[in-house]
Amino acid sequence: MKEFHRPEALYSTFPRKGGADPEATHYCPGCGHGIIHKLLGEVIDELGVGERTVLISPVGCSVFAYYYFNAGNIQAAHGRAPAVATGVKRARPDSIVISYQGDGDLAAIGGNNILQAANRGENMTVVFVNNAIYGMTGGQLAPTSPLGMKTTTTPEGREFEEYGSPMRVAELLAPLDGVSLSSRHALINAGEIIKTKKALKKAIKYQMEGKGFSLVEILSQCPTGWKVDPVESLHWVEEHMLKVFPLGTYKDEPRQRPTPPHPADYEPALIDRVIHAGTSANGRGKAHEPVRPVTLPLGIRAAGFGGQGILLLGEMLAKAGLAEGLSVTWLPSYGPEMRGGTANCSVVISDTPVGNPIVDQPNLLLALNRPSLERFEPMMQPGGVVIYDSSLIDVGPTRSDLTAIAIPATKIADELGTAKVANVVMLGACMELLAFPSQSERDPLLQSISRDEKMLEANRLALKGGMEAARAAAAPAR
Amino acid sequence: MSNSHHRRFNVEFHEDLCKGCGLCVHMCPHHVLVQSERLNRRGFHPAEYVGEGCTGCGICFHTCPEPSGIDVEPHSPTSA
Ligand SMILES: Cc1ncc(C[n+]2csc(CCOP(=O)(O)OP(=O)(O)O)c2C)c(N)n1
Ligand code: SF4
Ligand code: SF4
Ligand code: SF4
Repeated sequence: MKEFHRPEALYSTFPRKGGADPEATHYCPGCGHGIIHKLLGEVIDELGVGERTVLISPVGCSVFAYYYFNAGNIQAAHGRAPAVATGVKRARPDSIVISYQGDGDLAAIGGNNILQAANRGENMTVVFVNNAIYGMTGGQLAPTSPLGMKTTTTPEGREFEEYGSPMRVAELLAPLDGVSLSSRHALINAGEIIKTKKALKKAIKYQMEGKGFSLVEILSQCPTGWKVDPVESLHWVEEHMLKVFPLGTYKDEPRQRPTPPHPADYEPALIDRVIHAGTSANGRGKAHEPVRPVTLPLGIRAAGFGGQGILLLGEMLAKAGLAEGLSVTWLPSYGPEMRGGTANCSVVISDTPVGNPIVDQPNLLLALNRPSLERFEPMMQPGGVVIYDSSLIDVGPTRSDLTAIAIPATKIADELGTAKVANVVMLGACMELLAFPSQSERDPLLQSISRDEKMLEANRLALKGGMEAARAAAAPAR
Repeated sequence: MSNSHHRRFNVEFHEDLCKGCGLCVHMCPHHVLVQSERLNRRGFHPAEYVGEGCTGCGICFHTCPEPSGIDVEPHSPTSA
């Protein structure tokens, strides 16, 4: 006779969760997510795929699914689980990829993501937890909320005129050619719970056999969001959801899917480098010729007052990298600091493709005012280089593991007749240190700033002034 | 009890994990579960087995949202 114990695919305690109660889940009493986790865990056990399962967890109450599942996990941005699942499945065709998503995640912000993955017939399993509400954020209207349902954003109840009707995802996806299985289930009684488990098992089996995309929609109770007690929530499903969301199988036509082309083999170290170009994971970048204190990939932050031409400075550096045949990104920061009158941008210059344009840990900082130096110095990679405008910053960086290069950029610019070209002085200083771009590439770069003859000449002199200043400043330090 | 034609089963609760949701009590087809008057460590009224009548169907196990909330296994004479 059968015994019933916690499936192996779920942990017995949840150290990743921590806190006061590492043995109990974070879910509310009676929450459907917990029941679905258990069913999924059993199915993973029964099919023996725990070792190769990768769960893609969403944004929503189940964002922490990785606390519980003894499986691979990637937590995706809101609504993007099907895209992440696609990547995992194509890179690792042997893995069992399960995209676990709520209704806000799948049907609202991720609506297009799920449509495209289903339409492509990706060989994956989608567990769609439809609780008719945004649970995690406190009970807002979801695309799946029934008409008349009161939520925090529809205190008078959902009206068709304003919000349309509840979206029936299982029916919506079923007609797509790429879809092999689309069905809807509920957790309202023992029979339906067992049917839900069978559907999950079938969906994963189809995936194991290469038979394409499956969606298992589960009407799941959210007693907290619905403001009812857990036992009442079962009646709530029967009363408010079953009519709108009839249970049943909307499509079951498994078809052998052609395996999509496997992405080219890659070096994990290369991926790491691409993603972490601007972080310390890359401290060992190789030196750019000739040997200079700064190495590729460069994660640069340029920062100063608004009006100093900081964003242009970053853009010019990126263009310099391009002229050198390198991969670059330029990302201006439009944070609250824009209003405070300061500006900064991230530039990555790399000899591999750039995967992440945000520079959290620069190895090169261009500071044109004091607040910028104070803000970004602590973020610098050990061994990084700080070029700062010594005409505006009297005390340079204090960290002893950084190389500081003082360039009186504003003063040099002022002597040329306009303090506005201080950014080009800094650009010149960088070019000197980086040893690129080559002489012949410099003038076209300056021409892209301005073709006005007077301006161009000022910029040429500023660039030259910056290069000379950098040569002078760097010489004794070496 | 002795002439029950079911094999006897034991349903075991891990009381401190119980959130007192009552789903297992509600779903048990044989109505052999109750919610205790007591409070557990976490401040919930935990579910408990009345001590007989469990057929080992596993329904309570499947309705409990806590991974390790409930075990159902054959009753062994050595267990209390
Ligand atoms: C890009 C983005 N937008 C919005 C949010 C805020 N947010 C967090 S959870 C959530 C709704 C999740 O609802 P649902 O998918 O129904 O899952 P549930 O919590 O009900 O399980 C939202 C909008 C976010 N984290 N990221
Ligand atoms: S808010 Fe709703 S979905 Fe989220 S844990 Fe609580 S009951 Fe579950
Ligand atoms: S196993 Fe079945 S009969 Fe036994 S307590 Fe659980 S639900 Fe009731
Ligand atoms: S279903 Fe689980 S959590 Fe809910 S009352 Fe029963 S044992 Fe407790």
